[in-house]
Amino acid sequence: MIRLLAMRELRSLFSLPSTWFILALLQFVFAWFFLGRTETFLEIQPQLAQLANPPGVTAVVAVPLFNTLALLLMMLTPLFTMRLIAEERRNQTFALLLSAPISSTHIVLGKFLGLLIFLLLMMVTVPLMLWSLAIGTHLDQGLILSNLIGLVLLTTSYIAIGIYFSALTAQPIIAAVGALVTLVGLWLADMLATSATSPWHILSPLYHFQNFNSGLLDSRDAAFFVLLSATLLILTVRKVQQRAD
Amino acid sequence: MVIHDLSLELRRGEVLGLLGHNGAGKSTTLKMLTGCLSPNSGEISVCGLDLLQDASKAKAHIGYLPETPPLYRELSVHDFLTFAAKLRGMAGKDVPAAVTETQQRCGLESVSRKLIGTLSKGYQQRVGIAQAIIHRPAVIVLDEPTVGLDPAQIRDIRALIRELGNSSSVILSTHLLSEVENVCDRVEIMQRGKLIYSDSSAGMKHYKADSGFTLTLRNPPPLAEIASIAGVQHVEAISATQFRILHTAESNPSSALLTLATQNNWQLEQLTPLHTSLEEVFMKITDAESALTGVAR
Repeated sequence: MIRLLAMRELRSLFSLPSTWFILALLQFVFAWFFLGRTETFLEIQPQLAQLANPPGVTAVVAVPLFNTLALLLMMLTPLFTMRLIAEERRNQTFALLLSAPISSTHIVLGKFLGLLIFLLLMMVTVPLMLWSLAIGTHLDQGLILSNLIGLVLLTTSYIAIGIYFSALTAQPIIAAVGALVTLVGLWLADMLATSATSPWHILSPLYHFQNFNSGLLDSRDAAFFVLLSATLLILTVRKVQQRAD
Repeated sequence: MVIHDLSLELRRGEVLGLLGHNGAGKSTTLKMLTGCLSPNSGEISVCGLDLLQDASKAKAHIGYLPETPPLYRELSVHDFLTFAAKLRGMAGKDVPAAVTETQQRCGLESVSRKLIGTLSKGYQQRVGIAQAIIHRPAVIVLDEPTVGLDPAQIRDIRALIRELGNSSSVILSTHLLSEVENVCDRVEIMQRGKLIYSDSSAGMKHYKADSGFTLTLRNPPPLAEIASIAGVQHVEAISATQFRILHTAESNPSSALLTLATQNNWQLEQLTPLHTSLEEVFMKITDAESALTGVAR
């Protein structure tokens, strides 16, 4: 059932022209940024070679690329999550799911997985571009892997936040703005908190992503993402159960 | 509290019409029956399964068409119906046959590959009905199924509903009385969230109906002569040759009248039983209820 709902979500996404437009635009941005960083690396390579322990191509190209991707994701995810439940409510299609012999958990998980698969497909070109560098140089696979794990966890938590806001309202725009303000708010609070022990750091998904980004796998960061996503998904299920209109 | 003190029973193989003014609570009731809205208190059971406790099992027996058909506009009719069938828990191997059959039943074969968003309102409504019946549910709930359709489509959909009534139980809400007359076996009338009347649709026509007939005589006798016929309660002259005759439900004086008319050469031209329209009955019932509760409608 979850798979059926996820496939429906994907099918609807791919039949919208706007999806293809965003996909095309993003691939262009990714490629542009990737080429820009690669060029920078080639320029500064002679200087780097003089250092005792020079950063490799992975640190110069991949790390900033993943960092930018994480920031872009913060802006993009609300645009996709807003549709999940709010639009079904507005178009009155939610009645179809509510009157079907499936539980609210199925509905929420189906939608969540559908969008997760879509966003991962959207980003899959980034590691492909990076691996293309392996033709000419040696890559730090561990660093890339750590970034990929972090990115999947980050996407999961962003979708969970977005889908919760989508369950709160029947207006997709309100859901998008709500999720965007929350994500940007957490990020800004993290940036502005100067003290290293500030609680804002702990709350910010991007702060936890930084460790993955620099190649540091910490189970505390992973636990944060898992807990955040699970909590919000449970809240969403409860919201769907309660609110039927 | 919108809906209160409501008790509905739908028997197997019956078409039940839920009637009422706009805002009487018909749609809200149907939403509760299909699990889209939970009641604060009360009990709903479908085929012996509690809808609130055993939701998934009970919902498998329900097919529901809400007021606005729940359609994913970006999917094709075929894909949407396939999704609906699987969503309702049909086994994968039965789905293609069910989709083909339902498309044929609802007259959707010609638009099978088209996107739902590009279809006309009438076709969209048919897709809405198709998704409600595709899994052959025991209970079919239709919220104003013929709204927005043209007369030919209305006739087709009504024939389809009648046909569905043979194999399943159907409950439909409407404010079109002709729909009740043509389609429903039984009628429940709602007003301000309460059921105020319940009868078979044939029985409803006789609700507080005056029994009597209109009589046209080309050579009429004095009024008193007709009034004196046994069983006649009241005579009223509509014109020089036309009379309205009321009688008690038990004794019908028409045969006595016919004999007298031939004997006395009254030249009988027409004898028509008084026909009450469903509109009148509906207004009578709802007005009576308004008067009872002392609230102007």
